[in-house]
Amino acid sequence: MRKFEYTIKDELGIHARPAGLLVKAVKALDSEVSITKGEKTVSCAKLMAVMGLGVKQGDTVTITVNGGDEAASESAVKDFLTANL
Amino acid sequence: MERYQGKGVYGAVAYGRISVFKRQDIQVKRERTDDPAAELVRLEAAKAIAADQLREIYEKALKEIGETNAQIFEIHMMMIEDEDYNEAIVEMINSQQVNAEYAVAVTGDNFAEMFSSMDDSYMQARSADVKDISNRIIACLAGAGTDVKSSDEKVVICVDDLAPSETVSLDKEKVLAFVTANGSSNSHTAILARNMNIPAIIGLGEEFLGRIHDGDMAVVNGFTGEFLLNPDEKTVIAVEKKRAEEQEKRELLQKLKGKENVTIDGRRINIFANIGSLENIGAVLLNDAGGIGLFRSEFIYLESSDYPTEEEQFRIYKRVLESMAGKKVIIRTLDIGADKQCSYFGLKKEDNPALGLRAIRLCLSRPEIFETQLRALYRASLYGNLGIMFPMITSVSEVEEILKRCDSVKAELSACGIEYSDNVELGIMIETPAAAIISDLLAPLVDFFSIGTNDLIQYTLACDRQNPDVEQFCSTHHEAVLRLIEMSAENAHKYGSWIGICGELAADTSLTETFLRMGIDELSVSPSFVLKVRDAVRNTNLSGGKT
Repeated sequence: MRKFEYTIKDELGIHARPAGLLVKAVKALDSEVSITKGEKTVSCAKLMAVMGLGVKQGDTVTITVNGGDEAASESAVKDFLTANL
Repeated sequence: MERYQGKGVYGAVAYGRISVFKRQDIQVKRERTDDPAAELVRLEAAKAIAADQLREIYEKALKEIGETNAQIFEIHMMMIEDEDYNEAIVEMINSQQVNAEYAVAVTGDNFAEMFSSMDDSYMQARSADVKDISNRIIACLAGAGTDVKSSDEKVVICVDDLAPSETVSLDKEKVLAFVTANGSSNSHTAILARNMNIPAIIGLGEEFLGRIHDGDMAVVNGFTGEFLLNPDEKTVIAVEKKRAEEQEKRELLQKLKGKENVTIDGRRINIFANIGSLENIGAVLLNDAGGIGLFRSEFIYLESSDYPTEEEQFRIYKRVLESMAGKKVIIRTLDIGADKQCSYFGLKKEDNPALGLRAIRLCLSRPEIFETQLRALYRASLYGNLGIMFPMITSVSEVEEILKRCDSVKAELSACGIEYSDNVELGIMIETPAAAIISDLLAPLVDFFSIGTNDLIQYTLACDRQNPDVEQFCSTHHEAVLRLIEMSAENAHKYGSWIGICGELAADTSLTETFLRMGIDELSVSPSFVLKVRDAVRNTNLSGGKT
């Protein structure tokens, strides 16, 4: 299992469009990826759950990567976040 | 003729026959099933059809409104596939042995409720998306379409509210305008209407729906948000005239876009635009304004049910600054009083609000409101070329107090390691006779003046502009007003400040030459008047005697 933290820079936070892109990106990976904000953890493969976290600009989220090629998945998610959020 | 007032979301005028948009209204009833497996098969089939429809809508949207705006339908496709949403539906069909329609309706409501209870207005608006996809699946289950009935002539579509997919599905060749009873300017529908260039009004209220019938005639004024049901002949003629004027303006626009604001003898002036919401930025750019000379920040407060936070304000200021890409943006701090107020301010009723606790007076007596706005403004200053302007000034001590507060806000930000621009210009409105008369004392304190002619006229001539009985005493070209403007201009320049005019008088082209001769540096007018004023400037010759 790999974990890392990321602080959202996009002014709108994880709104519908990037949430959709995130779900798409994660579904293409062979690892289980989840996102945690505060006490709540949801799977990154679930669009409405990710949107429901209400992640805003400045929030720090924890990404957890489990199973499959963890190193590759972690760096893919990191790249995605840096490029889009 | 009946009149209804809503909010115009796309500035254009239309006149035509009404078509009431009817959904095949599907009553969802809870029905017990002995065969949940069959319901699941129906559900899958309906979802497949829904997905096909959405793909088609997405393709159509891609062509008509561009990729950014079309993406919402990609989101809709993904929502239909969402695991939690589907699990909830399947679970309900299996455990409660109910029909698929009912399970989709209840699940849709639950998820919509989750979004609408979030503390973020953007996410709240997403509950409409969940409802939209749920209704689509239910319609597919019932084997019904949601498309508008076809007609041969262009019609004014009237509806309670349009789902984004319904808006895009409309055949644009048949739509003259659309008007809705509900809807927010944040909704995709409003955004899409602007992108599709369809005159549109939202928020007319439920009542108007009960009054309209297919075949009634209506005037839709997307500029003012006015909806006229069965207008009389005189009104129709006026509307046709307005449309002809629009046409003329468009031609002027083609001719004058990209041209300089320069007189025949070479004097240059800035022509900026006045706006009262983010939605006007499109009009500012379309009309080729050199900047924003007056951004009325009141709407942020008026459209809110509680004090807008620093973060909310920051986002709005940042957006306007970024949209103007380095052009000057002058934001006026909160200008409300007892006549125009928000309930949460809890202002006392005043017998004479024009002379009451308003604008800067209110801000200085409620420093927490003022400082929140200043912090948001300074934080946003990094994203463009910001000027901050303070309304209703009457004395030197007020300006000194304001500058002190600006300094303390900047010191606070620095202490927190938050960056801001050092090039924020500070200016004041000259809209009281007092400010104009002591403009020699005020000019050294600020970077610019902006004359608010509406209030300056009202206070100088002691005339309530809303009162038609005193209209004959309220000459907008009164020598007293013009002298106060000239005096302010002289004093501004004496101390190295610049001076603009942002009231309605700025757009009065019979005064353009007078203002140019006074040395006015900037005229800020409604976006739609920018090119008219440019035309007047380009036809003025200041060399030689006064004409």
